[in-house]
Amino acid sequence: MKAIEFRDVTFSYGEGAPAVNHLNFSAEEGEFVAVLGHNGSGKSTLARLADGLLTADGGEIRVFGNPVSEKTLSDIRKDVGIVFQNPDSQAVASLVEDDVAFGAENIGLPREEIGRRIGFALRAVGMEPYRTATISRLSGGQKQRVAIAGVLALKPRIMILDESTSMLDPRGRREIAEVVKRLHREEKITVLFITHFMEEALLADRAVVMNRGEIVMEGAPAEIFGRHEELLTYNLALPRIGVICKRLREGGIAAADTLGIEELAKEIAECVS
Amino acid sequence: MLKDVSFGQYYPVSSFVHRLDPRFKIVFLIAFIVAIFLAKEFLALGIAAALLLLAILFARIPAGKVLRSVRGVLFLVLFTAAINIFFHGGETVYWSYGILQVTKEGILFSAFLVIRLFLLVVCSSLLTYTTTPVSLTDGIESLLTPLKWVHFPVHELALIMSIALRFIPILMDETDRIIGAQKARGANLDSGSPAKRIRAIVPVLIPLLLSAFRRADELGDAMDARCYSGGKKRTKYKKLRFTWRDLIAFLLIAGLVAGIVVLRYFPVFPV
Repeated sequence: MKAIEFRDVTFSYGEGAPAVNHLNFSAEEGEFVAVLGHNGSGKSTLARLADGLLTADGGEIRVFGNPVSEKTLSDIRKDVGIVFQNPDSQAVASLVEDDVAFGAENIGLPREEIGRRIGFALRAVGMEPYRTATISRLSGGQKQRVAIAGVLALKPRIMILDESTSMLDPRGRREIAEVVKRLHREEKITVLFITHFMEEALLADRAVVMNRGEIVMEGAPAEIFGRHEELLTYNLALPRIGVICKRLREGGIAAADTLGIEELAKEIAECVS
Repeated sequence: MLKDVSFGQYYPVSSFVHRLDPRFKIVFLIAFIVAIFLAKEFLALGIAAALLLLAILFARIPAGKVLRSVRGVLFLVLFTAAINIFFHGGETVYWSYGILQVTKEGILFSAFLVIRLFLLVVCSSLLTYTTTPVSLTDGIESLLTPLKWVHFPVHELALIMSIALRFIPILMDETDRIIGAQKARGANLDSGSPAKRIRAIVPVLIPLLLSAFRRADELGDAMDARCYSGGKKRTKYKKLRFTWRDLIAFLLIAGLVAGIVVLRYFPVFPV
C-alpha cells in the first residue's frame, strides 16, 4: 500500500515560481525515502503539504489512500508525524515528559495511556533517563530526539524529518540517524528523510532529488551517487565516501559506488591483496 | 550578563515544596504577599521571613540561587529605600539639608520596606524555582477554571503563559548572541549617554524580534503537526491532587496569616 502519494501537486507561496511544480511522488508503506535538494528546491514544502500544514493549489495528496483535506486533517496528522529543523522551537513544554505528552494530550487520550506512550516514545529514542529533565539544558541531538519522541507519542505510521539534522553537530546527526534507522526497522514506520547532507541519504532504501519543485533524480542512493555530474548541476555535492570511490576509480582501482564504509573498506582490501 | 535573571527558571530537585500542588502554591504565594503587606512591625516580618527560610530549606534550593533572584531587583529596592530615608520625615532628626531629612523613623521605615520587598521577591522566585512552568500554568488554569463559565479562554491563556515561560531562556541566549554579534561589529552598548545607549539597543532588539516571530511560526507549525486544536477534547497527563503536604503547608500559611493579622491589631513592638 502507498503510504504517501502526491498526484500532480502544485503549490506556490504567493506570486512567483511554484515551490512545488506538478509533482508526482509516492512512498510505499514501510519504505525509507531520502529527499535531497539544495535550499529552495521545494523539499520542505513537500513535508508541509503531506501533513496539511499547507494546502495544495492543485493536484491531490493521499495518505494511506485518504485524501488530505480540511475534514481528514485531524486523522492525517495522527498518521503523519513531522520533526522540524530547529531543536529550540518545537518543544511546547519545559520538561521532557510534559513535552512528549503534548501531542497525546491533544488527541484526548486517557491519562494512563499517555503515561504508557511517554514511556514507549522515550525508550524508542533512548531518552528514558531524561524523562524529567529540562529541555533547554539538553544538547541539540538530545532535543531533537525528544522532538522525535513527541511525535512518536502519537503513534504515527509515517515520520517526516524535515531537515531535522541540519542544525546539529556531527554527533547529534549520528544520534538522529541511528534513532530513525531503528524506528524504521523495529516500529515499521515509513520514513521520509529530508536533508541536504548527502551522507544521510545512504540510510534510505530510495533517494529522490528535488530541484525547483520537481523531482529530477530518483533511485537507490548508490545509483544516484554514481551520477556525479548530474548531482552537481543541482548544487548537490557528493558525500565524502562518493568522492573517495570516484578518486579510486580514477586511480585505476575498480571501486563501485558502495553504500557503506565497511563495504568500501572490504573492496579496497580485496584490491590491495 | 543576562543569565543572572533567574526568574522563570525551574530548579529541578525533588523536595517537599516541589511536590506541593501548584494551585495551592499560587494561593500560598498570594496569602504570603497579603500577609507581608498586612504586617506592621518587624516581628511580623521576622515570622514571615522565618517561615520563608524554612520553605527554602525544605525546597533544597541553594542559597546562591536565592540571592541571585534578589540581585535582579537590588537597584530598585535600594532606590526606594534611599528615597524613603531622605523624604520620610519624622521626629528624631539625625541629619537634614533643605528638604532632605534623615530621621530614625525614616531609616526604620526604609529597612522595613527593604525587608518586605526582599521577602516578596524571594517568595515569588521560590514559587518559580520549585514549580515547573507547565505545572504553574496548570495551576493557574485550574484556578481560573470557573471563568470558563463566562467564556473566558482559560486554556489558551494558560498555554500562552507556559510557552512564554519556556521561551525566556531561549530568547535570553539569543539576546546574548546578538549582543555579541553586534559588539563584534563595533557596536557600543555599555557606554555613552542614556539616550545613546537606548538607541544602541535598537540593533539588538530588531533581530531579536524577527527571530522571535520566526520561532513563533515554527512552533505554531510544530503544534499543529502534533494535533493541537485548542482546549476542546484535550486531556491532561498531570493531574493535580491535594495531599498531606499541601495540608501541612496550608496550616503553616494559615497560621502565618492569622499571626500577622493578630499582630496588626495587637502590636508587640510597633514601628
